[in-house]
Amino acid sequence: MTGAKEPLMHIVKRDGVSLGRAMLVRLVALVFALLVCAAIIFGLTGMNPLNVYAGIWDGAVGTNRRMWVTFRDAAILLCVGFAVLPAFRMRFWNVGAEGQVLVGAMASAAIMIYGKNLPSWALYALCPVAGVAAGLIWGVIPAFFKARWNTNETLFTLMLNYIAMQLVSFAIVFWENPRGSNHVGLINSQGKEGWLPSIGTNSYLLPILIVLALMVGLYVYMQFSKQGYEIAVVGESENTAHYAGINVSRVIIRTMAISGGIGGLAGYLLATGVGHTISTGLAGGRGFTAIVVAWLGKLNPFAMLLVAFFLVFMEKGAIQIATQFSLNENASDILTGVILFFILGCEFFINYRIELRQHAREEVKA
Amino acid sequence: MKKLVSMLLALCLVLGVTAASAAVPAEEIKVGYICIGDENEGYSANHINGLKAAQEALGISDAQVMIKYNIPETEAAYEAAVDLAENGCDIIFATSFGQESYVFQAAAEYPDIQFCHATGTAASASELTNVHNYFTAIYEARYVSGVVAGMKLNQMIEDGTITAETAKIGYVGAFPFAEVISGYTSFFLGARSVCPSATMEVRYTNSWSDMALEKETAEALIADGCVLISQHSDTVGPATACEAAGVPIVGYNISMIPTAPTQALTSAACNWGAYVTYAIQCVIDGTEIPKDWCHGYSDGAVHITELNEAAVAPGTAEKVAEVEAALKDGTLHVFDCSTFTVNGEELTTYANAYGLEGNEMVSDGYFHESEVRSAPYFDIIIDGINAVVEQ
Repeated sequence: MTGAKEPLMHIVKRDGVSLGRAMLVRLVALVFALLVCAAIIFGLTGMNPLNVYAGIWDGAVGTNRRMWVTFRDAAILLCVGFAVLPAFRMRFWNVGAEGQVLVGAMASAAIMIYGKNLPSWALYALCPVAGVAAGLIWGVIPAFFKARWNTNETLFTLMLNYIAMQLVSFAIVFWENPRGSNHVGLINSQGKEGWLPSIGTNSYLLPILIVLALMVGLYVYMQFSKQGYEIAVVGESENTAHYAGINVSRVIIRTMAISGGIGGLAGYLLATGVGHTISTGLAGGRGFTAIVVAWLGKLNPFAMLLVAFFLVFMEKGAIQIATQFSLNENASDILTGVILFFILGCEFFINYRIELRQHAREEVKA
Repeated sequence: MKKLVSMLLALCLVLGVTAASAAVPAEEIKVGYICIGDENEGYSANHINGLKAAQEALGISDAQVMIKYNIPETEAAYEAAVDLAENGCDIIFATSFGQESYVFQAAAEYPDIQFCHATGTAASASELTNVHNYFTAIYEARYVSGVVAGMKLNQMIEDGTITAETAKIGYVGAFPFAEVISGYTSFFLGARSVCPSATMEVRYTNSWSDMALEKETAEALIADGCVLISQHSDTVGPATACEAAGVPIVGYNISMIPTAPTQALTSAACNWGAYVTYAIQCVIDGTEIPKDWCHGYSDGAVHITELNEAAVAPGTAEKVAEVEAALKDGTLHVFDCSTFTVNGEELTTYANAYGLEGNEMVSDGYFHESEVRSAPYFDIIIDGINAVVEQ
């Protein structure tokens, strides 16, 4: 006899799901997501969903150039994702990547503008150094306050974004062209001084290679180095870290220096390799999208690569379906949202299973 | 003699270029169009209407045009332009100011494709032969909309709502540079041509499109004693403020009547279709597109939107028709130096227009706006206007 009524279903934690099975669940989720999207497209517009999918594909990777642009933009987004990764591993909520990217871009742009007449090797060397250093400083400021006075890093890094934007606005006053227009335009558009060089005729490849190298380096650092381990320990528990003799303040500042520096690197790539300009919108919200990338990728650099590629892929596809079918950007936001919903939702089914009420289990042992 | 020879040489050059560029039949031409927003946003909607007008005039099907929506003023504009070029467009238009350098960057890679950029300034100085700037002589329409405003001020003075001394206009400007200065000066000159006691206060928002800020700025101007508002910004923010405060408003590009049914007088607006049609026609004919193009009433490139009968002063329509006719036949010049002073003196010479230093702009008694370059360059603050730079 049981007094309590058993609910219709239980949620039971699974342990040790095989990788193959997990991938299968994700694949099924993706198929479901595409089916729901198809229903939405057809329901709202009456268009053939397959044509719209083809349009997204075409827009993202349909031509050689589009493919390179998608890869390059995914690499940049991934790089900004890496700017939050080490901090997040440490449970230091760095939402200031946008600002770290901006100051990095601004420093690189300043070198391009004022160092126009320097020899090109000096310019090529100074731009990344300035960019990384600026981002690093922007990352270390909140880390120092956190380590010293335990300030709230979320608010602190967020506020620094706005200060970075104002700094850029201020710099634009001196660099704008034409005067009063609030625009810097292409920097050194004639001689391309300081522009990230092309490899052969391909101007998209170098930033991609830089970010891929960074990815491998970061993976090794986080996974196999002593410092990477210290980050993980501080992230799990500061007390444990103290007990183990880890200098927590030092780890916080060092890690944020790395995070900020990577943000500055992304800014450098944006200013010299992508936009060739500086504006408050240069980071374009990537600092916040990067948080999504980091979380969806579960702080795993390789998984983050896939997430960044997916988000950029959908963004590029959106431009194409707007052109081709007059579906504006909101349409693709809906599709992206549905797909993310299913992909995230399926993680639940990977980690848990649902058990229905079992009458057979009513024989309770006495 | 020397002059004649150089003219002949120039003519040969032009003809040579003309002969070199191949004509494209209208049914085969492909047109690319780059917009900063989409049809839900006023500025882009106005440009898209221009393309539609051109399509209609030239019989170009929708399949022959590719519009890239929501392209920001970043490298995305370069990517969009290159993508349009790779998709076989013969002529590509970009419509937002900040896209210029990116689009011209693409133009350097595709010398056989024509790139036309609205509101930009760099084409004439560029070594590229396939880049072009265009604008409309919007200052003409602003002048006419100023006349409408001046008539309204006169009516308010007559019925005792205000006195001649308090006829102060408020102007919500975007950025403190020539395009905006030229715009409000022409508006003010139009207003003062009928209401001589009018003065004007300008406040900048430092943004092209910020609904809340534009509304606030209009409210601040009204609080500061302005009895009529106009704007050089993209949203209906000022109209919202004016309808609430009961202050007449002259808008820009779109009719403000739906937003301010009792207060909107009219709006000065560009008809981009005039240029888009012309430029595409040039490619069809294989003729050269000028580096700079800026036409006004004479080519139907500007107009004022519907007069709001519920708000304008009696006799406005007749006066507008008279002024428009004078602008069309060239007897009236907006920047007639006899109608304004700078620091108390008449303007007799000006060669400091930003970016065009050394070009004398004043001759025959008027300032030659948009003749040397399509984008406006009148950047002088004249007497009677008080421009406040905020922030």
